[in-house]
Amino acid sequence: MSVTQTTQISPEVAADHGLTPEEYARIQKILGRDPNITELGIFSVMWSEHCSYKSSRVHLRRLPTQGKHVVQGPGENAGVVDIGEGLCAVFKMESHNHPSFVEPFQGAATGVGGILRDIFTMGARPIAVLDSLRFGPIVAEQGAGAASPEDIAQNRRIFDGVIRGISFYGNCFGVPTVGGEVVFDSSYSRNPLVNVLALGIARRDQLFFARARGVGNPVIYAGAKTGRDGIHGASLLASAEFSEQSQEKRPNVQVGDPFMEKLLLEACLEAMRTGAVLAIQDMGAAGLTSSSSEMASRGGMGIEIDLARVPQRETGITPYEIMLSESQERMLLIAERGRETEVLKVFEKWGLDAVEIGRVTDNKKLRVLNHGELEAEISADAIAEQGPVYERPIAEPHRGAEPPLIEFSARSIFTENFRRLLASPTIASKEWIFGQYDYQVLTNTRVLPGGGDAAVVRIKGTPRALALATDGNGRWCRLNPHLGAMHAVAEAARNVACSGARPVAATNCLNFGNPEKPEVMWEFREAIDGIAEACRELEIPITGGNVSFYNETLGRAIAPTPILGVLGIIENANRALGMGFQQAGDAILLLDAAKNPPSTEQQRRELSSSEYAKVIHGIESGEPPRLDLAEEKSLVNCLVALAAAGAVASAHDMSDGGLAVALAESGFASEGLAAQVDLPAAAPFEAELFGERGARAVVSARPDFVSRIAEIAAQYAVRAQRIGKVTQGEFRIQLNGQMAIRGSAESLRQVWKEAIQQALQPE
Amino acid sequence: MKFGVVVFPGSNCDDDAYHAVGSVLGQPVEFLWHKSEQISGCDAIILPGGFAFGDYLRTGALARFSPVMQAVERFARRGGLVLGVCNGFQILLESGLLPGAMLRNQGLRFLCRHTHLRVETTDTPFTCGAHEGQVLKMPIAHMAGNYFCDASTLAELEEHDQIILRYTAADGGTVDYTDPNVNPNGSIAGIAGICNRERNVLGMMPHPERAIEAGLGSVDGLVILNSMVQSLMQHATASA
Repeated sequence: MSVTQTTQISPEVAADHGLTPEEYARIQKILGRDPNITELGIFSVMWSEHCSYKSSRVHLRRLPTQGKHVVQGPGENAGVVDIGEGLCAVFKMESHNHPSFVEPFQGAATGVGGILRDIFTMGARPIAVLDSLRFGPIVAEQGAGAASPEDIAQNRRIFDGVIRGISFYGNCFGVPTVGGEVVFDSSYSRNPLVNVLALGIARRDQLFFARARGVGNPVIYAGAKTGRDGIHGASLLASAEFSEQSQEKRPNVQVGDPFMEKLLLEACLEAMRTGAVLAIQDMGAAGLTSSSSEMASRGGMGIEIDLARVPQRETGITPYEIMLSESQERMLLIAERGRETEVLKVFEKWGLDAVEIGRVTDNKKLRVLNHGELEAEISADAIAEQGPVYERPIAEPHRGAEPPLIEFSARSIFTENFRRLLASPTIASKEWIFGQYDYQVLTNTRVLPGGGDAAVVRIKGTPRALALATDGNGRWCRLNPHLGAMHAVAEAARNVACSGARPVAATNCLNFGNPEKPEVMWEFREAIDGIAEACRELEIPITGGNVSFYNETLGRAIAPTPILGVLGIIENANRALGMGFQQAGDAILLLDAAKNPPSTEQQRRELSSSEYAKVIHGIESGEPPRLDLAEEKSLVNCLVALAAAGAVASAHDMSDGGLAVALAESGFASEGLAAQVDLPAAAPFEAELFGERGARAVVSARPDFVSRIAEIAAQYAVRAQRIGKVTQGEFRIQLNGQMAIRGSAESLRQVWKEAIQQALQPE
Repeated sequence: MKFGVVVFPGSNCDDDAYHAVGSVLGQPVEFLWHKSEQISGCDAIILPGGFAFGDYLRTGALARFSPVMQAVERFARRGGLVLGVCNGFQILLESGLLPGAMLRNQGLRFLCRHTHLRVETTDTPFTCGAHEGQVLKMPIAHMAGNYFCDASTLAELEEHDQIILRYTAADGGTVDYTDPNVNPNGSIAGIAGICNRERNVLGMMPHPERAIEAGLGSVDGLVILNSMVQSLMQHATASA
């Protein structure tokens, strides 16, 4: 039987599919003939940047992926980590940036849906979601490149749509959205980042993989019917820049149905328990094409399917459309021949379509029939594994004269600047956001959103809890992608450690511009090297993630934004720590692992890249703070030991806004408490107050525990300096006895609490 | 004594209710599938939170027609204890076991947060272990929890002491129900939970099953669940 040949494929048609002339020639060579339109479509989605990682693959190999907890590294639907007692944590982060720009609500909603399916495909029940979000400014800013009023209005609309989309999907599905972070920066105007991390729990002996097995075994399609939505989502939407006409891509965005996903979750887990399911993969990007060809390729088998049997929403959908549809909430399973009815019955119970659409073969080919007519016949490996791999040209961007650095102020009182900083949407309370998420369903949430540096969920039936944090500073990565990326790892690890958890593994989302630009590839290479270095040193292997290129609109790329999601284990869930002070009268200590304080000039350069410099002075210059991974490791180990010993009541790291903001947030997190501290300042006041150097944390503890804390800290070569106490009423920071910031805790809290809501109020 | 937790396809607080009753209270509990027409053997039924059939239509509008709800209605009319939480409350309204209706929250956004509730009466099997005026801290998580009824229904609810829980301030003092900090979803008269005239069916928007362990932020949900156990035990003793 020969492949149906309907229309002649011209070079223009290939180009319209995003394929280069070289790629098209390669397709002809693999097939030994011209492809038909269905085959062309299959190649185009599978060889798209989004699915094939053709620009990133050579670099991703440098990431460390091995570790003593790692059960499954990159290459499956999600990473798997052993957490003891026969259980595994299954987790991964994925981007949905392009769809969220074109259609914020559905783009974000289906971003949540997609990553949830990756988790339960492995046999794990999702127990937590975190979102790492980047938006353009929602309030007027100062400085060069400040957003226009039109941009601000559009950013607000995107922001609101994304939050509603996440809320809509996660809440209905029944997974708590427990954390993440949100940053507003003009770099993300017209190109928001929506990175979603999901975590699930599975029994180690009941993990499922996407590897076809056993000639003749039935291939079962389950879940939602196939429609015409999302066609070319992976290729034309996620693997290209945006222009003025991007709204025309709205039909490429999928539409989410969280109720259907909930049914699919329950049905899949129940079907897996029958023991009759041999392999399973969700239909995500590139839908039926990727799930069938990848399962065949990974298992070293072939798969033959007949599209006439695929449940369809409407009549007249072509084979091309069926193979490329990205309709949501669909799964492809391989069952044991003779036991398929056990599987089909489960899906029937949950009211879902489940149809045998084909079988496993031994010819290593993906064969697609339609009513018996052969529509496509391609080597599965050729589609899934033998796509082009590019060593893209790399060139360090030419940087003009350095923009001016911050000038240290001669003043000594910074209360007004501090107030403005607290009102900056990046620093302000995110309650408006997480208040729209169901963050408590499943009753495992030990540290509520906003309550700690990491989200903490307990694992029922064990004494343990898991902590998760996401981080990534695009401004720092633009100034120095290598160092900036190292900071992303270090900060996420530090945040996890602040909750009392030992970091054990990480996932990442690498958000960059157009990889065909050498300057973007330089940023990418530098960031990968930074992540690899930090992960090796901190012993945090990468178990999966994704790359999102082409984050550019009108030729302007986002700041390179690698986001790291770090997972940690807390042995005793009752020892989990939040950031909030617990009791007036407790001592406040500053933990600092740095051996040598930076010079004043170095501090000036570092402060110039801070949130403070941006918000107060409109300056984004200098460089990210110096980072010493050995010191970071000491601090992480020290924090874990302090929490395990029950020595501290709260812990919070230094992030956007530095020590001043960290102290304030620890008070805000437990309504009514504040800090009064006096620091021996060696450096200019602004650097002490607002500098964002790492390897530090603020902890609070009962006064009689202070000496015990000092002992433990000394074991890890960390300085534990008592700087003040938890109080009520007035927030106060002195430097060398001189007042630097002073204000009513309640009035500062109001500023911080209401900033985002006020930004969205109609004017 | 046995609790039954109804499972609609889109229930997502069913496991939490099961955990609260089974693991925390240590009482026998079983799941009841929505297609089941039998709930025999159960002494109390919990309709859990979630999105029973997706709730793309009106919340609970489809769930009320499921076979299990016919059984629950019979059970309730015979005096069996029925607790509807969140989506369960919405379903009880749709099925007519409780009066009134649910509107979308004022502000038209999903709301997840801790709330404070004042126990308005202890004369129910769900609050007999509380004291009148007691303030309970429990979380809400819903899109449509803005309870509404007409003036005559409200008067009847008040006359017959059917308003069991109202949103309140942390100290239990505030009665300004226009303040979204107190009454987050805009419910009429600050209503968070009502019972039927016979007092054996309670619907409430806040989640008692999420407030059962200190590590989760509150144990006040136990007041409701323990009251149910207590009244079932008294009932069993009385009829023994």
